[in-house]
Amino acid sequence: MSDTLTQTTLSNGLKVLLKEIHTAPIISSWVWYRVGSRDEVQGRTGISHWVEHMQFKGTDHFPANVLDKSISREGGSWNAFTYIDWTAYFETMPADKIDLALRLESDRMMNSRFDLNEVASERTVIISEREGSENEPLFRLGEVIQQTAFRIHPYHHEVIGDMADLHTITRADLYDHYRAFYLPGNAVMAMAGDFDTKRMLARIKELFEPIPAGSEPARLAREEPPQNGEIRLSVEGPGETTYVQVCYRFPNAAHPDFFPLSVLDSLLAGPSNLNMFSGGISNKTSRLYRALVDKELAVSVHGGAQATIDPFLYTITMTIHPRRKPEQALAALDREIKRVKDEKVLKEEIKRAIKQARALFAYGSENITNQGFWMGYAEMFANYNWFQTYLDKLSAVTAKDIQRVANEYFRPQSRVVGTYAPANGRP
Amino acid sequence: MNMAGYNLALPGPGDIYREVLSNGIIVLARSNFNSPSVVVSGYFDAGALFDPDEKLGLSDFVTSALMRGTKKRSFDKIYNELESVGASLGFSSGVHKSGFSGRSLAEDLPLLLNLLSEALTMPVFPKVEMEKLRAQLLTGLAIRAQDTSDMASMVFDEILFKGHPYSRPEDGHPETIQNITRWDLVKFHREHYGPRGLVIALVGAVKPEEAVRQVKRALGGWQVKGQKEAPELPALKSLKKTVSKHHRITGKSQSDLVVGTNGPMRRDPEFMSASIGNNILGQFGMMGRIGDVVREKSGLAYYAYSSLSAGIGPGSWEVNAGVNPQNVKKASDLIVDELKRFVQEGVTADELADTKANFIGRLPLSLESNGGVANALLNIERHNLGLDYYRRYEGLVNEVRQEDVLNTARKFIDPDRLAIAVAGP
Repeated sequence: MSDTLTQTTLSNGLKVLLKEIHTAPIISSWVWYRVGSRDEVQGRTGISHWVEHMQFKGTDHFPANVLDKSISREGGSWNAFTYIDWTAYFETMPADKIDLALRLESDRMMNSRFDLNEVASERTVIISEREGSENEPLFRLGEVIQQTAFRIHPYHHEVIGDMADLHTITRADLYDHYRAFYLPGNAVMAMAGDFDTKRMLARIKELFEPIPAGSEPARLAREEPPQNGEIRLSVEGPGETTYVQVCYRFPNAAHPDFFPLSVLDSLLAGPSNLNMFSGGISNKTSRLYRALVDKELAVSVHGGAQATIDPFLYTITMTIHPRRKPEQALAALDREIKRVKDEKVLKEEIKRAIKQARALFAYGSENITNQGFWMGYAEMFANYNWFQTYLDKLSAVTAKDIQRVANEYFRPQSRVVGTYAPANGRP
Repeated sequence: MNMAGYNLALPGPGDIYREVLSNGIIVLARSNFNSPSVVVSGYFDAGALFDPDEKLGLSDFVTSALMRGTKKRSFDKIYNELESVGASLGFSSGVHKSGFSGRSLAEDLPLLLNLLSEALTMPVFPKVEMEKLRAQLLTGLAIRAQDTSDMASMVFDEILFKGHPYSRPEDGHPETIQNITRWDLVKFHREHYGPRGLVIALVGAVKPEEAVRQVKRALGGWQVKGQKEAPELPALKSLKKTVSKHHRITGKSQSDLVVGTNGPMRRDPEFMSASIGNNILGQFGMMGRIGDVVREKSGLAYYAYSSLSAGIGPGSWEVNAGVNPQNVKKASDLIVDELKRFVQEGVTADELADTKANFIGRLPLSLESNGGVANALLNIERHNLGLDYYRRYEGLVNEVRQEDVLNTARKFIDPDRLAIAVAGP
C-alpha cells in the first residue's frame, strides 16, 4: 500500500504527476491550466472564468447534453475553478470509470465548440453569478480594495470580471482566449488514487500526446510598483453591519518569506487552511481574536494569505461590533501588529503553529480529491516539492525570522484599509 | 483494490462497532488508519422544538455557549487546548436535536473527548461571555436579514409550515434573543441535556475498542435524572392553494426564490423514490431538469436546483434559484411548469437508469473522509436503517421503478398548492 509519486513531461509539454493511493477504489483526476484573471486585459475581464463555463458546453464528441450527464451517470463528482492564477478541472470517480474523465479532458483541451447560442445563454448565467456576488457586502468591498491595491498588475480585477465586459465579450474573444491558453505545454495533469502507474501513464500518453504543443502563450508583464503611503477607502451599501478589511502586501508563495509569514498568520489570526476539500479550525485564541473579539471591538476577525504566482495580499477581515466604531477596532489591530514587530514571539507559539499545520495536513490527506488537488495546485505557483517540504520549512522558522518579516511586510505605508459601512437609507 | 472489494469498502456490520453504554449513550466506531486523524461527531435530544416562542433561539444560544466556560476551564483555556493541537470542536442546534462535531490528530483524541464531555456535562454559562455571545448572535441575525437566500428560505418555511414548529427559524429573531437570560440557558441545559438519546460516532486512526473505552472514560459516568421528553409534533396542515410572499430587501442585485411543498419523512417508504425523483428533477448533471430549463436553456440563473430535506418529521421538497429581480416571475413560472410536467409525466426509463447509476457510483465518494463516514454512521442510527444499510444500498436504489417515482411525486407535489417565497428588491 505504498504511495508512489511519478512525475514526467510528455513530448508536447504536458506535465503529468501520478500518485498511487490504494485506500479506496477511487481516482481523482485533475487538469490545471496556467490561465486566470491575471491573463486578462481591460475589456476582456472575466474571460478566463467564462471560458471555464464554456468547457462544459460540449465538443463534437461530447455534446453539451451528453457531457453534463456522462460523469454523473458513472457516479463521478466533477467541477472546475477559475482563480487569479489558474483554471482547474477535476473528476473524482470510481476507479474503473476514470477513463471517461481522461477522454473528456483530452477532448476538451482543444475541441470545445463554443457554440454561439451557448455563449449567449452563458452570458446571462455569468451576469447572474456576478449579481449574486454583488449581494454580498464583502464582495463589494473586496473588489474595490483589489482595484486599488493593483493599479498596474492584472490582479486589479475580480475573477468574475467587470459587468461592462460581461456584456460585450464576444464568442471570438472567448474562443481566441481558449486556443491561446488551453495547450498541453501550459497545463499540468495530476492524478491520485487507485491505479497502476505504468498502465495509467500509457493511457494518458495515448490520449494526450497527439494534442499539438502549440506556441507558448503571451503573458502580461505589468509589475505593480511599490505603494508609498496607506490608502483608505470606503464603500457604502445596504445592511446594518460594518466591515473593515486591512490588506498588506505579501510575497508570492515560492518566496522564502512565505513560510515565516504563514507562521505569523497562525499566531495573529489562526492558521489559514489551504486545503480545498477539508475545513479549517477555529481561531479563538489567536492574538487578534483576543484583542478584538474578546475585547468586544469586533464580533469576528479572520486573516488569510493565499498562495499566488506574484505578490498578492494578506487580508484581515473584521466584522465590527455594533456598539463600536471601525477606528477603535483598527487601533487595537495596530497595537497587535506593533507587538509582533517590537517583540519576538515565543518558541512555544511557533511550535503551536507547526502542530496546527501538521493537523490540517492530516485532515487534508483523508480524501483523495484533496490529494489530487494539492499535486496540481502546488505546481501552479511553485512545484509539488513545495507541498512535500511545507512542514519542514515551517519547522525551520525562527522567532527572529518572524520579527523580520513582520517589520518588512506589515508596513502601514503599503497597506489598503477598506470599510464597508451601512448606507442608512442614503440613496 | 479490485472491484470485488468495492462493496466491502463501504461501512457494514463487520467493521462498524456499536455499543450501548450503561447510561444509555450509543457509541459507533469505525477505524481508518490511512490518515493520522480522527473525527468525533454526534447528536442528542435537545433542539429548537423546546424553545418557547418568546425565547426562540434558546437551544441555539445554549449550544453556542457550551464552550464559553466549564467548571474546569475558562473559554480561553478550552480553546487554547483545542487550537494548540490543531483540533476543532463545535456544537449546533437543529429543530429536534443538537449536534457536535470535532476532529484532531489521533494522538489528541483523549483531549478532544475531555473537552466534549466538559462542554456537555458541566457548562457554566459565564455572564460576561454570554453578553459577548449575544452581540455576536444579534450581528448574525442582522447579516441574515440582508441575505436573500436565508430570508427566502425563512419566508418559505413560514408559509409551508404555518402553525407548526417547523415554521420557526432555529436561530430566533433579534427580540427573542434579547429576551433570553442566563437562567434560561442554565435551565434549558439542566432539563434537556443528558446521556439518554446521545449518539456519538468516532471514525479515524483509532481501534474501535479503544474508541469506546475512551468514550466510557469521558462520558460513561454521566447521569441525569428527569431529562425531558420531546413534545409531540402537531399535525401538519397542507396548503389549500398556492401561497406567494415577497420579502423586500432593498439595494440587492439578485433575488432568491424558493418554490416547493412538503416532502416525505426520512423513514417514509417513499423516501428513496422521492430522492431519486428529486435527483432527476433538480440535481442530476447540471442540476437536473430545473437546471436545464432555468439555467441552460433560459440563462436566467447561476444556480437553480431542487432539494429534499427529509428528517424525523415531514420535510420540504423545494426548488431554489437566484435570479435577477426582473426575472423572478419568469423563473417562477418555468419552475412551476417543470413541477407540473414532473407530476404529469413522471420520469423516463433513461433518466431513472442514469440516476440509479449516479446514486450507486457516488456512494463511495461520499464516504471518502472520516467526516463522511461519521455522518453515515449517525444517519444509520438516527433513522434506524440497519448497520448493513450501505451494503444494501445498491439493491434499495435498484428496486425503485418509474411508477414509484411518479406515484411519490403525485403524493407530495401538487402544482396548484405550492409555497412560493421571494426575497430581494
